Amino acid sequence: MAICQARAWLSRGLTTLSSHPSLRVCVVGSGPAGFYTAEKMIKAHEGAFVDIIDRLPTPFGLVRSGVAPDHPETKIVTNQFSRVAQHERCSFYGNVTLGSAVTLSELRELYDVVVLAYGAESDRALGIPGEDLSGIHSAREFVWWYNGHPDYRNLNPDLKSTDTAFILGQGNVALDVARILLRPTAELATTDIADHALTALEQSSIRKVFLIGRRGPVQAACTAKELREVLGIKNLHIHINQTDLEKNQEDEEELKNNRIRRRIYDLLSKEAASGPSVPTSGQHELHFIFFRKPERFLDSLDRIGHVTAVQFEKTVLKAVGPGKQIAVGTGQFEELESGLVLKSIGYKSVPVDGLPFDQQKGLVPNVGGRVLSDASRDPTMLQKGLYVCGWLKRGPTGIIATNLYCAEETVGSILEDLQQGAIGSTSSIVKKPGREGLLQLLSDRNIEFVPFSRWQKIDAEERSLGSLRNKPREKLTTWEDLMKVAKE
Amino acid sequence: MLFPRLSRIGIKIFRELYGGKFTVPLCRTGSALEHYSGCWRPQFELHPEAKTFQSVIFQKHHQLSTTAAVSDAADGKKEKETISVTFVDKDGDEKQIEVPVGMSMLEAAHQNDIELEGACEGSLACSTCHVIVMDMEYYNKLEDPTDEENDMLDLAFGLTETSRLGCQVIAQPELDGIRLALPVATRNFAVDGYVPKPH
Repeated sequence: MAICQARAWLSRGLTTLSSHPSLRVCVVGSGPAGFYTAEKMIKAHEGAFVDIIDRLPTPFGLVRSGVAPDHPETKIVTNQFSRVAQHERCSFYGNVTLGSAVTLSELRELYDVVVLAYGAESDRALGIPGEDLSGIHSAREFVWWYNGHPDYRNLNPDLKSTDTAFILGQGNVALDVARILLRPTAELATTDIADHALTALEQSSIRKVFLIGRRGPVQAACTAKELREVLGIKNLHIHINQTDLEKNQEDEEELKNNRIRRRIYDLLSKEAASGPSVPTSGQHELHFIFFRKPERFLDSLDRIGHVTAVQFEKTVLKAVGPGKQIAVGTGQFEELESGLVLKSIGYKSVPVDGLPFDQQKGLVPNVGGRVLSDASRDPTMLQKGLYVCGWLKRGPTGIIATNLYCAEETVGSILEDLQQGAIGSTSSIVKKPGREGLLQLLSDRNIEFVPFSRWQKIDAEERSLGSLRNKPREKLTTWEDLMKVAKE
Repeated sequence: MLFPRLSRIGIKIFRELYGGKFTVPLCRTGSALEHYSGCWRPQFELHPEAKTFQSVIFQKHHQLSTTAAVSDAADGKKEKETISVTFVDKDGDEKQIEVPVGMSMLEAAHQNDIELEGACEGSLACSTCHVIVMDMEYYNKLEDPTDEENDMLDLAFGLTETSRLGCQVIAQPELDGIRLALPVATRNFAVDGYVPKPH
């Protein structure tokens, strides 16, 4: 009670202290980019009222549906995000989809500032024959499936008809996927992995996983922690071709200038030099395949429409600039058999109506987070009051902390624009309705939004279900269950 | 910046109410102290690891606030239980604090209202508490970073030869007088993604 009074007093104190008119801010997307934006905004401007909307009933974006279940430490950042969501000048509204529940132009009418931080919910394609055969999934779909994203609980990847899985790509997502496929399920059973995924993995017949990259070990896009982890899986035979580790002049140059690459290369070399070259019986296997470019997926003869093999072209590196080498085909081809292919070649953002979008780069054209009207990046063509942060702003790369700096930059741009009178209530005659306006609109449309307090019900339910099974949480994985618990 | 002074007050109040683990000048008077410990308590279930971490901080915080007066009185008599640490922020402003021996620089920064992020709360799963040891002499006094710390440092923005994670630097008597800089990473943060400087 006294705390509430103290808070009220403090907030009153703030209002009188602050000579700033209020600033109504809407952040779309509640992943790291969204939450860091909200946090920085609230800290930087005492008049800022921030509403975060998300299309899911659950917050935290990829921290919930992207970070691997066996990485609980990485998810601790949700504590910080939860404190932000409960700040008196911040609100979270889940189950509110931009583009259907509310349009971008409506949001821009309602708020002084709209920051789009909804990430990348689609995938880059290889654009090669056979890509739509069954048995081929994007790594994103597979990750969302094992992480219990309600849109992918029914993915049902077939893990029983083949003993071999190909993962195309060698970044951290690829390594996460490999680890989930190869790790003893007893170890996964104590994580917050989705129940349906755990069951499928327990029955999985996958014994060999191939991590396949177009370039060499010097160019592998993963980080050391993830590589160390996958190399450390119990009772796993690792195969790396010694000859792939040979370096050319440009490789040496690349390593010299890049600490991460250097450490990755060292880990791979050490692994290749140690260990037996043939697996013992019953051992699972992980093969690092370098210098292979997928050319086409081959259809199965006895299971029409299902992938049975992949044709690869061998590649060599070609220098195209200082410190940059690309893979070029050699005209030599080979076919390798696998009944499961996971493409881990990058996420892709999806535009909404009324949003300038650079199709080629798969992001919103912007300068320091300020949205530009077209991809030519003419800085005079600014979209007033519209900003981006996170993957939508800079493409699908980086770690959670990257968003910290990304948000700092976007918020910096907002403050600058505010100072120059380009945005904010001081420059407009009519005050923006902000939260009240949004809630009115949602109520008119019968949208059942999920505020943070209702997410906490979901959270509590998941933790309590999890405690029965010795898991940190048992995720609710259907829209129905999520909404039911939220409404209880 | 727009309202530097006011925004500082804002940050302070924000932290007092929500950050929890910070020293609270406003709450210090009279019975407000109890309220402080009340407003500290998180309103949601914490991750097990995080819980341990927070309780450690909480205990240490108490230790700090109750022993402050004692150590004042006993000053000079017995061996020093705290060391002096100077943080240099992004704008070059310095803040000198006393840190109890055994406490990590991450915890110390948070207790003293120093803007050091700590996304994973000291569980060695992120790089946000990156600090730069300003004197090589002090850097060499530290134990070498473990593989795990190096894995995270790989991803730190503005990495230098004397970079460490604040959660892994623990106050020891020989570190008395150490100076730590918070990295300046945001200045060059390009639209197309910032590439950490290799070393």
